[in-house]
Amino acid sequence: MARFDLNDDGLVVIIGSGAGGGTLGNELAQKGIKVVILEAGGRHEIQDFVNDEWNSFVQLAWKDMRTTSGSWRVAHDFPNLPAWIVKSVGGSTVHWAGASLRFDDHEFKIKTVYGDIAGANLLDWPITLAEMEPWYAKAEFKMGTTRTNGIPGLPGNNNFKVMEAGARKLGYKEVHTGRMSINSQPRDGRGACQQIGFCFQGCKSGAKWSTLYTEIPKGEATGNLEVRPNSMAVRIEHNAAGKIDGVVYVDGNGKMQKQKARIVAMAGNSLESPRLLLNSQSANFPDGLANSSGQVGRNYMRHMTGSVYAVFDKPVHMYRGTTMAGIIMDEARHDPKRGFSGGYEMETLSLGLPFMVAFLNPGAWGRGFTTAIDGYPNMAGMWLVGEDLPQETNRVTLDPVAKDTNGMPVASVHYDDHANDIAMRNHAYQQGAAVYDSVGASRTFPTPPYPSTHNLGTNRMSEKSRDGVVNKFGQTHDVKNLFVSDGSQFTTSAACNPTLTIVALAIRQADYIGGAMQRGEI
Amino acid sequence: MREVDRHSKIDRRNFLKTAAAVPPAAAVAATTGLSIDGAWADNAQTLNPDTMRTLAKVARDIYPHDHLADRYYIAAVTPWDAKAASDPKVKSLIEEGIALLDQVAHANYKLPYAAVAWEEQRVALLREIEQTDFFGKLRGDLIVSLYNNPDVWPKFGY
Repeated sequence: MARFDLNDDGLVVIIGSGAGGGTLGNELAQKGIKVVILEAGGRHEIQDFVNDEWNSFVQLAWKDMRTTSGSWRVAHDFPNLPAWIVKSVGGSTVHWAGASLRFDDHEFKIKTVYGDIAGANLLDWPITLAEMEPWYAKAEFKMGTTRTNGIPGLPGNNNFKVMEAGARKLGYKEVHTGRMSINSQPRDGRGACQQIGFCFQGCKSGAKWSTLYTEIPKGEATGNLEVRPNSMAVRIEHNAAGKIDGVVYVDGNGKMQKQKARIVAMAGNSLESPRLLLNSQSANFPDGLANSSGQVGRNYMRHMTGSVYAVFDKPVHMYRGTTMAGIIMDEARHDPKRGFSGGYEMETLSLGLPFMVAFLNPGAWGRGFTTAIDGYPNMAGMWLVGEDLPQETNRVTLDPVAKDTNGMPVASVHYDDHANDIAMRNHAYQQGAAVYDSVGASRTFPTPPYPSTHNLGTNRMSEKSRDGVVNKFGQTHDVKNLFVSDGSQFTTSAACNPTLTIVALAIRQADYIGGAMQRGEI
Repeated sequence: MREVDRHSKIDRRNFLKTAAAVPPAAAVAATTGLSIDGAWADNAQTLNPDTMRTLAKVARDIYPHDHLADRYYIAAVTPWDAKAASDPKVKSLIEEGIALLDQVAHANYKLPYAAVAWEEQRVALLREIEQTDFFGKLRGDLIVSLYNNPDVWPKFGY
């Protein structure tokens, strides 16, 4: 196993080991480039995962202090938990559901296609779908996405069967068990899905792709990748010339260390990455590192989300089998006749009883609530996930008062729905309920958005340096040897789940970084 | 008084075995035929037994499931006694909260909360204190203490 010296200034240092950081780390290591990944969380392997919702949450989730504001309900119900993401080696690829969808063409250029929308800070990506296609193909092959590369779809479960029956009744056409990075048959040294049903708690069969047991061990096997868990980055530092020269972090013993670097890539997800840039302010960068545009932390997107659960007259046992067991894609199109721009996916979802009572209707109590919970064995459910619009005022800032255990200001997340998000959510609730009503639901529950599992946009890509933070390769406009490799690069959120795009961008970014290093540009 | 859980899949002979897997206070609750107004509350170390009994009644009124035996609500609130023992602020919170609730009950019915006959009446009293820290903490705690109990899960088919 590689161990690199703190004073080795020839390294690429990556902050975060998830879809972006883990993939970038392996891709660079395969090219012979030496990499250190600093991961804030511990290293929990497959045998450590717990198939128990609350115990798993305690093990894997980011529970560091964060504050919130804005009109979103999460700020009221979960004021210190704006996001449900993973603090552990593998990042959020440990707990993700596996949905692996490509953006549509128009989703890379919503300013052009949607036009100007008041209150929204729309911008086109500096990349097109056509440019991304070869990288998407590489990502699907790497991750073993079903319905690509000859990999059969997963079989579905009761929850999917109910949704599918309703979907057909309503006339939906694009209905199937999803493009999932979960092995439907043994592949890449990992077994097939065992339908265990605890996808969100870490996949104990290894069938679901996660950097923890794919990219990271493959990278480590080259001898060029070192993963340091329990290493919380607190500042990125630069030399007098403004070139990044290392990352200050707190190690597993609570000691401050500085790892020198030739290149730094941030992949701490969309709350920590901008926070780190803002906390790295200096005389050269008074508004935060790489923030000449003022866009660091801004344009925070978390998708339009909501859920619909429905109770039927017979048991469904929706929790048995994969959590995201199928999808209706018809509403993902851009069709302003519906009263909003952009679209949404309808994906099956299940929560166990412990989480259902916490999230079905936070704060609710009494018989209205308990009779709903009594219907649990007969419940089916879906998650509605759609494109939310970037707004400058939706942003991650440094909390003026709250500090973490290292004395650093914590992230504060402000979010308000745009009118477009509200119109889309209402449409989605209506359609979701209609799916279930059409096949005999006795009650349907429109469930409010959970703490954000998709966090995007806070260091967005832009053509011009005044509009965003990074260029088309995730390289910051202001500092050549500083990159962003996580979902904070996203210029738009698109209707679909972000992980495939993050992985595709990371493979492409590795290619760019490797070439630029060879040419001596960085 | 719900001593017997009609939907219980637990064989009575196995009461002690299953109870052994559960922390002591809840084990006591599980083994004996328990009702909210029973003698279990007399085991309380710090909080008043009537306070404990009222807490259990409030728990069922906040999250009423007719098919759930009293012992699950008792198991859910019993830990407040230990928390009150180790933190005087918690002790005050609970005692003052229950006192306020009983005061509101007296004002309306000349009865302590636990003696008010109809659930609807008690729920209306709870709504009067719904904004208090006491209610908020109790309700929030029940989400986990009542429902994150492996013995409760099969009752909901989970």
